[in-house]
Amino acid sequence: MATPTLDSPVKQIQIEGLVVLKMIKHYQEEGQGSEVVQGVLLGLVVEDRLEITNCFPFPQHTEDDADFDEVQYQMEMMRSLRHVNIDHLHVGWYQSTYYGSFVSRALLDSQFSYQHAIEESVVLIYDPIKTAQGSLSLKAYRLTPKLMEICKEKDFSAEGLKKAMIGFEHMFEEVPIVIKNSHLINVLMWELEEKCTVADKHELLNLSSSNHLEKSLQLLMDRVDDMSQDIVKYNTYSRNLSKQQQQKHQYIQRRQQENAQRQTRGETPLPEEDVSKMFKPPQPPPRMDTLLIAGQINNYCQNVKEFTSQNLGKLFMAEALQGHNS
Amino acid sequence: MIGLVFDEASVQSFLSHQETKMSVYGPVVKIHPVVLASIGDSYERRNEGASRVIGTLLGTIDKHSVEVTNCFSVPHNESEDEVAVDMEFAKNMYELHKRVSPSEVIVGWYATGFEITEHSVLIHEYYSREATNPIHLTMDTALQSGKMNIRAYLSAQMGVLGKTVGVMFTPLSVKYKYYDTERIVDLLERTRDAPNTTNGLTSDLCQVGGAAGRVQDMLATVLTYIEDVLSGKQTADNSVGRYLMDLVNKVPKITAEDFETMLNSNINDLLMVTYLSNLTQAQIALNEKIVVL
Repeated sequence: MATPTLDSPVKQIQIEGLVVLKMIKHYQEEGQGSEVVQGVLLGLVVEDRLEITNCFPFPQHTEDDADFDEVQYQMEMMRSLRHVNIDHLHVGWYQSTYYGSFVSRALLDSQFSYQHAIEESVVLIYDPIKTAQGSLSLKAYRLTPKLMEICKEKDFSAEGLKKAMIGFEHMFEEVPIVIKNSHLINVLMWELEEKCTVADKHELLNLSSSNHLEKSLQLLMDRVDDMSQDIVKYNTYSRNLSKQQQQKHQYIQRRQQENAQRQTRGETPLPEEDVSKMFKPPQPPPRMDTLLIAGQINNYCQNVKEFTSQNLGKLFMAEALQGHNS
Repeated sequence: MIGLVFDEASVQSFLSHQETKMSVYGPVVKIHPVVLASIGDSYERRNEGASRVIGTLLGTIDKHSVEVTNCFSVPHNESEDEVAVDMEFAKNMYELHKRVSPSEVIVGWYATGFEITEHSVLIHEYYSREATNPIHLTMDTALQSGKMNIRAYLSAQMGVLGKTVGVMFTPLSVKYKYYDTERIVDLLERTRDAPNTTNGLTSDLCQVGGAAGRVQDMLATVLTYIEDVLSGKQTADNSVGRYLMDLVNKVPKITAEDFETMLNSNINDLLMVTYLSNLTQAQIALNEKIVVL
């Protein structure tokens, strides 16, 4: 396999229908309590496509010895799958999300460790609530190379981020997804449709979806609150910093004045104390969290906008229907 | 001593006779599409020289039905006279699966292929040790009869009391069960129309457009039917007529002004939310820029 360029080694993700079905089933059975369900993706890299051919779920973190269980579970699973000729190459992981809230420190760390080990790995975010509303909501994300570098150096201070010029838009990059089915599976689909026609997804045209909108807005408001708290903290920090600078300045000036006076009086000048030790600079607040919150808010806003545009379309359709009637 | 001969041909004829009677002795089998896709996938990945694949079915058992929700394939070797199945592997996999979904139990096993061979009987015996009354599922992936023929069987003892007993597989009725979210299977169905069997995921407004298109198609079909009936080409069917009445009455009758106010208030809400979210996005973008200054 040729080493891919660092720009974007993966231009497209190709998922098998089987993987999608497995993820859906996993969430359905285990994730009812609005907890995230996670699992591992297996597949291959072909040219600039990442093909995901299988997946297996992770057990929930209920026991205390979760760490040990996890690694061992994974090893055993991959070994067993190798026996039945399933691709056993780890290419990423998936996670379910609640109304689109997935930009968190944990996700960042996990994805970083994955991407560090395997160049092309992705995280698939599956939104079950949106899917239940009528259309499959599956997105694939990778960390941008800039963010990767920052994570590598673990330099999350304000100066570090300023140097890298990272905005919240440059944190994650989305990779387009394509679903592929083998011909045998296609035959299966034909038969299934014949035997049992799936009821059309009328939920997509459902008008009463204000509940969903409410919840999304609630989450958005919480995040914005967090954000404003962060901003206040940052403001106090910069104010403290500037006050301290002033104090330092004054102190140095006073010192110099005193020294000048002493010299005129002929006494030994006072030693120049180490100013920096006297005035300890305040701790700059970590900027990483702010960045994450900004990214999350952005995500929420995107979701809300998509949702409203859909609803507007539906409302206009309803109007047309009424127009014909009256 | 009368010996019973377990003859393949007679079993087949008996089975086909059973099917015409549509006998349903035994539980109804409800299968999720995940299982079928999994079986198809493991068939495609089988070892060289193996003609069929077998594996374990996991699921839950109800009073009158068995719901199959998961499966995994088990490596096995089959030759003319003997069959060897890696049972250790099966046990291991089951343990691993149990850690993720503790409510699933072994409900049976599956095999690809059209016929039930003698080897199947042996394998079935093994599985009856693991689970009470295991279900045997066959899926004809080689498409011998032009279809996939997904069938489920239950084993039953047959024979005369006191003499050698044979085993017979009685067919069960198979139903498909979907979770709400699994209905995206029609999205997967769309892949079969695409040239190289791939399909991208559509985004927001396109989906509404697509759904509207589907409704339009359905309406067009209904309209052609109505016109045929009106012009006498087709005889009117009363039940269809009743459905049509239902359909027309389902559009709620609201006075024009009420509807206008309702529509406008809804549109205003949505526009306001859009405006607010745009504002928020602008705000955080500004925040970023200011910090970087």
